[in-house]
Amino acid sequence: MRNHYTQLTQLIISSLLLLGSTIAQAGPEIQHWQTSNGAQAYFVPAPELPMVDIRIVFDAAGARDNIPGVALMTNGLLEEGTADMDANAIADAFAAVGAQFGASSHRDMSVITLRSLTQPELLDKAISTTTKLIAEPSFPKASLERERKRMLIALQGKKQSPAAIAREAFFTALYGDHPYANEATGTEESIQLIKRQHLTEHHQRYYVGRNAIIAIVGAVDRQQAEQLAETLLSKLPAGKTANPIPEVTSLKRAELVKKAFPSSQTHLLVGQPAVKRGNEDYFALFVGNHILGGSGLVSRLSDEIREKRGLSYSAYSAFSPMRERGPFRLGLQTRNDQADEALKILMQTLEEFMAGGPTADELIAAKKNIIGSFALNLDSNSKIVENIAMIAFYQLPLDYLDTYTNKIDAITIEQIKAAFKRHVQTDKMVTVMVGGEE
Amino acid sequence: MKIGFTLAALLSFGLSGCATLQQDNHQTNSTNNGKAAVHEYQLDNGMKIFVKEDHRAPVVASMVWYKIGSSYENNGTTGVSHVLEHMMFKGTEKYGPGEFSRIIAENGGKENAFTSRDYTAYFQRLHKDKLETSLRMEADRMRNMKVLDEEFAKEIQVVIEERRMRTEDDPESLTYETFSASAYTTNPYRHPVIGWMNDLENMTAQDIRDWYEVWYAPNNAALVVAGDVDPEQVYQLAKKYFAPLKPIKYITPPKPQQEPEQKGQRRVIIKAPAELPYLLMGYKAPSVTGAKEEWEPYALDVLSSVLDGGNSARFAKNLVRGQQVAASAGAGYSPFSRLDTLFLFDGNPAQGHTMAELEQAIREQIELVKNEPVSDDELGRIKAQVIAADVYQLDSVFYQAMKIGQFESIGLDWRLSDQYAERILQVTAEQVQKVAKKYLVDDSLTVAILEPQSMSAASGKLPHHAGERH
Repeated sequence: MRNHYTQLTQLIISSLLLLGSTIAQAGPEIQHWQTSNGAQAYFVPAPELPMVDIRIVFDAAGARDNIPGVALMTNGLLEEGTADMDANAIADAFAAVGAQFGASSHRDMSVITLRSLTQPELLDKAISTTTKLIAEPSFPKASLERERKRMLIALQGKKQSPAAIAREAFFTALYGDHPYANEATGTEESIQLIKRQHLTEHHQRYYVGRNAIIAIVGAVDRQQAEQLAETLLSKLPAGKTANPIPEVTSLKRAELVKKAFPSSQTHLLVGQPAVKRGNEDYFALFVGNHILGGSGLVSRLSDEIREKRGLSYSAYSAFSPMRERGPFRLGLQTRNDQADEALKILMQTLEEFMAGGPTADELIAAKKNIIGSFALNLDSNSKIVENIAMIAFYQLPLDYLDTYTNKIDAITIEQIKAAFKRHVQTDKMVTVMVGGEE
Repeated sequence: MKIGFTLAALLSFGLSGCATLQQDNHQTNSTNNGKAAVHEYQLDNGMKIFVKEDHRAPVVASMVWYKIGSSYENNGTTGVSHVLEHMMFKGTEKYGPGEFSRIIAENGGKENAFTSRDYTAYFQRLHKDKLETSLRMEADRMRNMKVLDEEFAKEIQVVIEERRMRTEDDPESLTYETFSASAYTTNPYRHPVIGWMNDLENMTAQDIRDWYEVWYAPNNAALVVAGDVDPEQVYQLAKKYFAPLKPIKYITPPKPQQEPEQKGQRRVIIKAPAELPYLLMGYKAPSVTGAKEEWEPYALDVLSSVLDGGNSARFAKNLVRGQQVAASAGAGYSPFSRLDTLFLFDGNPAQGHTMAELEQAIREQIELVKNEPVSDDELGRIKAQVIAADVYQLDSVFYQAMKIGQFESIGLDWRLSDQYAERILQVTAEQVQKVAKKYLVDDSLTVAILEPQSMSAASGKLPHHAGERH
């Protein structure tokens, strides 16, 4: 009752502010339970289309790596073999029922996705294949050797991309000794060190019930969803939740990393570690950044750098909250001989924003856009499943989506200024420039 | 698998008469398997309107499609369609530069536009209540765009930066550009969508104005709306804003520019600073618009899935996992384009293997599909995936609108897109073998090879156009 009342009050106040637009927009109702081995399960029914999307996330990604690349390799090699199926048999099994299986792994999350039709004879087969490869991967040695080579080629390929080099240098400079410094793909040195045993150990430690969340969206009922979650994770031991990852320390001073590259453009990244998921300043930072560089063409950065001066195709800024403090970054690419000018304007724009905050008009426009486009972020099963998996993984409140628009609407100019002051120090930022001659 | 970029439209972040409703100009078409109907209308000024209902979420995807793209362009002004697309965000008689984007944003909208070989499209994704704003604004810029010299001067630099990012500094994309210009002789698909650098450097504001005058009008456009809408209301709104627009008197379709028959294999080498060698191969192949036999493009499509339809396809099984000769290997073909096209192969050799070995391995796979019919199991898997994908695609409101617009813009009936799965299901193993034999022949093959050059910046010469301004 109290909740309803609060929401109603906010609705009225907000409506006045935004001249009649509807503010409180509910997200889908998320059902939640725990599987018998301790995995957290989340479900949103979507009966319209005869299909189901399943997303399983293990806290087992790059941040867990002692040898960078192990987490990615472990997740990627799940589909290389089980006790009774080899990689070809697994691939055929999914294709034969029209199911789409996916595996990806970054810094926080190792993700398994499955999309299938709900016709029982198709879905059952897709589920049984997925169940096996999650719980009983055989990690064939030959697959490891082949994938090691492919990874090395991929790493070599990154060296021909100024954007990839800049991104890597940026994370290295931001995170130093912290595991977030590493790319999930590892390095040419670390990839050489990976043994099969590292994969089995990583799997045993982290692919366990208590370290998993599963999100299901589709044309199944609650009972079926519970069964799906139970089946998919049933063969995993309960195990233990992963330990906390180390805290990220703040940068002590500004740093400029310049790298020569035979490109016509310089790729520029500026930033520092900022906030983690769940930080109370997140909404203020998000709205502020929307105005600064998060809203495409209408943002200040884009206006100054692209619209007014034609310096870059894209100029943006973003906060990427993670389990621990994820990066705040500003970026652009421009012809080598105007890189310094572009950097100057980028920093000026940031500093002006930090000093003065957004204008009242900018704030209203940003709120109208974020609140008005809320429904667009939840207009498909694939977007809903991704959202609830994010909420689940980062243990955000289950009413996160329901309260989202109200929280956005409540943000003030002062809150944005204060939040930026707390989380962004323009005199202690990393600047990475890749391109042109030294 | 990597071939994505070659078939994808060039996305640009905007970054990128009075009709009365008559029986005749409104058709509703229900198709089988329970798909929602597409409601079709036409205004007296020639503009077509398509509405597809999807009531799962209170949103709408609204798109205006123009039959104009890089394959309509002339030497000297390649890239003009794409630059024009950029300028469409730079103001009209009524609205200042950037105001379009600000108004859409304030209405909770997300917008963008894209230019491809065959079409240019502008879209907004909005809450369903805001559709009118989008239609009002799109109608305004359909006939009233204003190209200011000073805005053009800045925006052409943005496009040049875009070209640097997408092409100049990306060796594989540079390879693809040279490859296309070698494979096609007269077919305008030889030109990059973004345009040649020198053409961009010499483009003028007047080029944009002229191009706009020739192609931007209701009789060369289609409105596609998908989402939580009532078709009749959409039609009434569209009529309110688009019906008053004047059509162009004569729309002169481009000449056929039919490609002369290729008489012998072509091979080109591209040298650029790079780390990985890269192989691109393309055989001349018909699209649905040019195919003499209706089934052939669908058989070619199945053929591409046999080779590269995911992890269970032959390239993944044989080239990546089996022989381990490829770090990546892809095959790509799209039946749906305005002009005839290419059946593509690409890849990077695995560690310890040469480009020659990779090419040889791909050619062996090609010989195999020519010599032996594909197995029932393989065909069964491909069809199962197509049946499933036919359902999965309905999860995206945007994609549903996209497909209608795409078909309409390349001169095909959108119903054909609904029949896609059905037609694929009719393809036999014998037909797959037939098209492989007929089209994957050496005399119509073009091969491009990226030969990596030193990456050290000191030895890397900056492209000659760096620093030029006009």
